Amino acid sequence: MNSNGRRKLVLVGNGMAGMRAIEELLKLEPEMYDIAVFGSEPHGNYNRILLSPVLAAEKTVADIMLNTREWYDEQGIKLHAGDEVVRIDRGRRRVIAKSGAEVPYDRLILATGSTPIVLPIPGRELDGVVSYRDIADVDRMIATSKGFKHAVVIGGGLLGLEAAYGLQKRGMEVTVVHLMPTLMERQLDASAGDLLKRSLEQRGLKFKMPAQTAAIVGDDRVRAVRFADGAEVPADLVVMAVGIRPNAALAKASGIACERGVLVNDTMQTFDPRIYALGECVQHRGTCYGLVAPLFEQAKVVANHLAEFGIGRYAGSQTSTKLKVTGIDLFSAGDFSGGTGTEELVFQDAARGVYKKLVVSDNKIRGAVLYGDTVDGAWYFQLMRDGTQITDFRENILFGQAHIGDSGTGGADAVTLLPDTAEICGCNGVCKGDIVKAISKKNLFTLDEVRAHTKASSSCGSCTGLVEQLLANTLGGDYSEAPAKKPMCPCTIYTHEEVRAAIVRERLGSIPAVMRFLEWKTPDGCHKCRPGLNFYLLCAWPGVYQDDKQSRFINERAHGNIQRDGTYSVVPRIWGGVTSAQELRAIADVAEKYRVPTVKVTGGQRIDLLGVKKEDLPRMWRDLSAAGFVSGHAYGKALRTVKTCVGKEWCRFGTQDSTGLGIRLERVTWGSWHPHKVKLAVSGCPRNCAEATIKDLGVVCVDSGYELHVGGNGGIKVRATDFLCKVATEDEVVEYCCAYLQLYREEARYLERTAPWIERVGLTHVRERVVDDAAGRKALYARFLESQKYSQTDPWAERAAGKDSEEFQPLRAAARVEASP
Amino acid sequence: MTWVDVGPLTGVPARGARVVRIGDVRIAIFRTGSDQVYALRDQCPHRGGPLSQGIVHGERVTCPLHDWVIDLASGKATGVDEGCTATFNVRVAAGRVALELPDELLRATATPASPEPMVFDARACALFERA
Repeated sequence: MNSNGRRKLVLVGNGMAGMRAIEELLKLEPEMYDIAVFGSEPHGNYNRILLSPVLAAEKTVADIMLNTREWYDEQGIKLHAGDEVVRIDRGRRRVIAKSGAEVPYDRLILATGSTPIVLPIPGRELDGVVSYRDIADVDRMIATSKGFKHAVVIGGGLLGLEAAYGLQKRGMEVTVVHLMPTLMERQLDASAGDLLKRSLEQRGLKFKMPAQTAAIVGDDRVRAVRFADGAEVPADLVVMAVGIRPNAALAKASGIACERGVLVNDTMQTFDPRIYALGECVQHRGTCYGLVAPLFEQAKVVANHLAEFGIGRYAGSQTSTKLKVTGIDLFSAGDFSGGTGTEELVFQDAARGVYKKLVVSDNKIRGAVLYGDTVDGAWYFQLMRDGTQITDFRENILFGQAHIGDSGTGGADAVTLLPDTAEICGCNGVCKGDIVKAISKKNLFTLDEVRAHTKASSSCGSCTGLVEQLLANTLGGDYSEAPAKKPMCPCTIYTHEEVRAAIVRERLGSIPAVMRFLEWKTPDGCHKCRPGLNFYLLCAWPGVYQDDKQSRFINERAHGNIQRDGTYSVVPRIWGGVTSAQELRAIADVAEKYRVPTVKVTGGQRIDLLGVKKEDLPRMWRDLSAAGFVSGHAYGKALRTVKTCVGKEWCRFGTQDSTGLGIRLERVTWGSWHPHKVKLAVSGCPRNCAEATIKDLGVVCVDSGYELHVGGNGGIKVRATDFLCKVATEDEVVEYCCAYLQLYREEARYLERTAPWIERVGLTHVRERVVDDAAGRKALYARFLESQKYSQTDPWAERAAGKDSEEFQPLRAAARVEASP
Repeated sequence: MTWVDVGPLTGVPARGARVVRIGDVRIAIFRTGSDQVYALRDQCPHRGGPLSQGIVHGERVTCPLHDWVIDLASGKATGVDEGCTATFNVRVAAGRVALELPDELLRATATPASPEPMVFDARACALFERA
């Protein structure tokens, strides 16, 4: 420990992985360590993934710097740029650098990256033979391109093709030599590889493949490349891009256990517990990653342990690849080669240059290759990482997310072609230019960071796919966070499902009990977890759990909908949308008495009184109660409306009493709390005037009975319902409807509407529980009714009678205590 | 500056807030889960949302309009959001909450030009007139 009480942290390797860990650590514990950083390159820290655009003259070195030397100074970090650590003296806990500098450590991070593989062929040491790894390599290639004509790139993988493309843009004639018959064979199948090859040939690249390089020919300087078959290709520059291997030399020499890479456990510790390692130099659970995405999660875990929070665990990553050649859209993830037990879904349109292949087994995506149209890459990747069952939308899956109801991102593919002024996030008015600027100026790497800084994709989320694409395009890689599990909020490490399971299993009866048992990181949660916990407890223990008012969003606390000016709106329940002259008169009287500025008919067949002062709410409710109204719950994560058409009583097409059935459904279900708002509808015939097929549950009456449709949504993402089943009687409609709602209440995550819930768990699952399993359905129905016993007390009447009165009254500033001195 | 009594601590719910209106200025009195009391102008630095209506967690409140998280002690937006709302001194003695207000604010509200009805009771008004 230093005299200032800080411990000493040394980072070996000034690259993206190591510096990311340092940045994460500074966010958690800025004062805990004195930090020294060694890097063999004479720069600050830069985004290595963007070397290809630099080579292609699309970006400059300045564009890709992440942390300048000034930044290190400002953070008080001692940067030894251009000085390499040659030895670690683990006994005395110090590192020894090439310059002779010796720096002691309490904790050490190894982030030494990887080294390019150099083929053991004659002539490899000639002038003009380079590998492709750092800024110096790029400088050398650019310099050569100015005076020479012929370039040969050995290696038709990701890096080789990017190098070839860049050199060609610099005016050289480039031949790519590849050992295998398919380009990028570790990411692409033969079909996509051929499309890629053809497209690159049109751009002027030449290929020699399959071909084995035998020697590099020349005296001092390279002159040609010779192949195993004796043929020669003239070359003034040879780029070896045949692969990388983890750079574990320093660790090995220091007696730290290594195999291909430096061995680390799930906390990213090496066999010497004072020494952490991350990035391309490590081998974790048998895997070495040559891509950038995993390092973000690894960096978090390292930082977490260095800050002594002690809860982070890295469980491995699935990775995806994107080729950074302008104008070529290519995406690859997972196991795309198939094999026994797998099926392939393929879409091919040669004229448009589009190829998509998904490899599927057990109805889950195992891998994906996309060429020409990659807009759905992030979505497929997500489905793959989550292990989502695709059974229910498999017939449309190749057409993309836009074709299974996600209209929010439809029609805006090829985000690269959009102008900077194009609005990406409609909720928060964020343009493409703003997002790109924030990503590059503020060094943002993850979706969450973009959300925090720009607000894009932070409201309704429908532009998430576009923002992810912008991230990938701006940074040159897919940075979406590794699968892992997503905790409920930053206050906990547990998922929604784990929290719910614990509540039931451990019989936890209050929010503090849940937080204690699950070791919440904050004293009383946050605005994200508390409302969720409150609902989960309410759902688990109906009639027993004491609702925590302070954990509800203001709308549910004040039983009105807060408006942008701080006033509230009042929507009385109008059962099934059927009202009367007397009721309308009562509403009119209330509107006049309280000088309601706006009276509006809602989409849910009710009347909205807008602009009501909070203090007036209880009195207004008293008047409405006196006229027979109850709360419409238009403000809650609750049953909202049951929309109906007039049905067979009046309509010449009506087949059933849709209005009466709607009212009956609303009488049974009103007052129920849910993970999100819930809207029902009943249409009297397939003309569907009540728009039942975009509701959470819609009933479409037909002559022979009732069709039940579920999971519809008319909001951000229009989604038509899925057909659940058909039943014969009104009683069955009520039973199935309540069972379905109870299943949703018990299984969906808080703030997840029925549409995404069904997409996540699959319609098949819902059908099994609600339709096929009669006993299970009846049990769900019974639990719903039990819960309703305690939720059908009108909250307005209660508050009109004085409950929670302090909620609606300001404090009164009274006698002056004393004048301040 | 003048200290003004705004009622018993029990009048403010734990992990909640109440509002004091001084003329057309709304001041939110927050009480945290650990019974710390803070006073902030009831106006989010983002779009003016009523902070008093937000969810209180730790020493912070989340604005109900767009989820900005405001630090109760400093009035500053947390995370990457930038902005600050005014804070007032507040103290609890013998179970009652007192708020320190600038005299200009108190005087301004005593003028007839004030658009909002006064919420002071008669005793407080008498004190103002004397001052």
